[in-house]
Amino acid sequence: MMKFLGKRAVASAISLVGLILLVFFLSRLTGDPTGLYLPLDASEESRNQFREIHGLNDPLIVQFFSYMGDLVRLDFGDSIRRSEPAIDVVLRGFAWTLQLALITMSLVVALAIVVGSLAAYHVGGIFDRIATFFSLIGASAPDFWVAIVAIVIFSVTLGWVPTSGTGSVWHWILPITVLFIRPFGLIVQIVRGSMITALGSAYVKTARAKGVKNRPIIFVHALRNALLPVITVIGDQAAALLNGAVVVETIFGFPGVGKLMIDSILQRDFTVVMAAIMVTAMAIFLMNIVIDILYSILDPRIRY
Amino acid sequence: MSHSDQTIPDIPDAPNPVLRIVRMLWADKFAFVSALFLLLILFCAVFGPLLLEDVATKQNLRGRNAPPFDFSKHWLFWLGGDALGRPLLARIVVAAQNTIFVAAGAVFFSLLIGTSLGLIAGYTSKTLSQVIMRLADIIMSFPSLLLAVIVLFMLESSVFNLVIVLAITRIPVYLRTARAETLEVRERMFVQAARVMGASTKRIVFRHILPVVFPTLVTIATLDFAFVMLAESSLSFLGIGIQPPEITWGLMVSQGRPYLTTAWWLSFWPGLAIILTTLSLNLLSHWLRTALDPAQRWRLENVGKKNG
Repeated sequence: MMKFLGKRAVASAISLVGLILLVFFLSRLTGDPTGLYLPLDASEESRNQFREIHGLNDPLIVQFFSYMGDLVRLDFGDSIRRSEPAIDVVLRGFAWTLQLALITMSLVVALAIVVGSLAAYHVGGIFDRIATFFSLIGASAPDFWVAIVAIVIFSVTLGWVPTSGTGSVWHWILPITVLFIRPFGLIVQIVRGSMITALGSAYVKTARAKGVKNRPIIFVHALRNALLPVITVIGDQAAALLNGAVVVETIFGFPGVGKLMIDSILQRDFTVVMAAIMVTAMAIFLMNIVIDILYSILDPRIRY
Repeated sequence: MSHSDQTIPDIPDAPNPVLRIVRMLWADKFAFVSALFLLLILFCAVFGPLLLEDVATKQNLRGRNAPPFDFSKHWLFWLGGDALGRPLLARIVVAAQNTIFVAAGAVFFSLLIGTSLGLIAGYTSKTLSQVIMRLADIIMSFPSLLLAVIVLFMLESSVFNLVIVLAITRIPVYLRTARAETLEVRERMFVQAARVMGASTKRIVFRHILPVVFPTLVTIATLDFAFVMLAESSLSFLGIGIQPPEITWGLMVSQGRPYLTTAWWLSFWPGLAIILTTLSLNLLSHWLRTALDPAQRWRLENVGKKNG
């Protein structure tokens, strides 16, 4: 197990360094932030001074090595936009995104497993048809469209929940609902598919012949085997949420890491972009390890 | 369709493959409707701009935000007009071209490159495989938004550049699947037999491994087509995808957003077009999974004999 973790850590470190290299040089290709932060009629001198302060005058390669030198001391540099350490800005945004992702994924996993399993129990039955139809629609819906339609209906017309921002519990309802729909649709499909296979297997027939009741058969015997492919998809979906649901966060003015990322990219706030990418990459790396451990708990045949 | 199969009774065990597919489609009504709908969208994508380009760009300020379902007007205005009085229906038909071609192009290139790299990673040396897999990891964690902005600023925005951005971000999906399948298939008896008989690497990969791996990849591609469509819509919605005057459905949703409270139809219809297309693709891929799986295919083949 330790050997496996070490191997994974090395592979991730290599990818992370490659990612830093690529992002550092490619993001600098998108242009000089000076024009975005100084007034149009700023003199060449003040422009030069701005570049000097933010270290943009040095050759790229020098900038890169000084950045890496700071990074080793865990100094991610300062945000140009907010004049505070980039890592503080990112961690604040990430905390919001993490809460949103955790709540949404817990709801998705709990409901999708129940609905998918029950749908698989009577293939072609009325509940199965309804569940399949709605989960397919859910998996097909573009989140930005659902978000703005939901705002028109529930915030503008009915006035039940606020349109955007944060502050009260009510502000969380729409973003969570909108983010819930797609992963829920996808995971119900996967649960249903792998439950059908599991329920048709010989050991379930044996359990039934022994006289085990329906509920334990579905949720104890079959579910454990059916969960393996489900966990892979849950991991993918959770990773997407951890990366920040950019569109949904933008529409609802939610101060998460996704909105931070798109704002920083558009404003050429390079240090924040780099810090955000590293923080989310680390989070996803940790989550993948948890998923691998879950695999071996669910199926003892899987060893590392 | 049902009477034409009686005209070939002399060869009952080898029916026409096209006919067989149509009959299997017919067995699943949802998939059948989806296939028809997708054909319609495909028709719009190919011929839409030829037929309706002029109508779709002609402004008419008196008809600004014309409400839908006004059947006294020309049929193109039945879904309403946009902020410049252009008929929404015509614009949706014209926008189908960019929407579909961006998604199709991205899926095609990512399928091609991803599968090739996956076969290489699965069948050749360990070192090369490691390099390719790390590359896939990097692409997976590279934010597609940043990539889109970089391409937008470096290469100027065009339909083709958007295809490149989306294709790059989807390569790992095919790469990982192709590699995983290849690793499994290469240990099977028939591949070993081919190797013992002295078949070249090229022959083993293309004649023996690829045909086994390909159906899985095609199923993934249908699902991915829907995903890429949604991704393109999101990018266009955020303003870093397709730029006006080119249009896609995602861009239309975003253009209608300022008028949301007064003219909901501007954003609603293009969004509905996206949902219906992705839903059809999902239903079709659902069917495809059953049709390509020999253990499940009976569900579609002998519906006539089934009494449920």
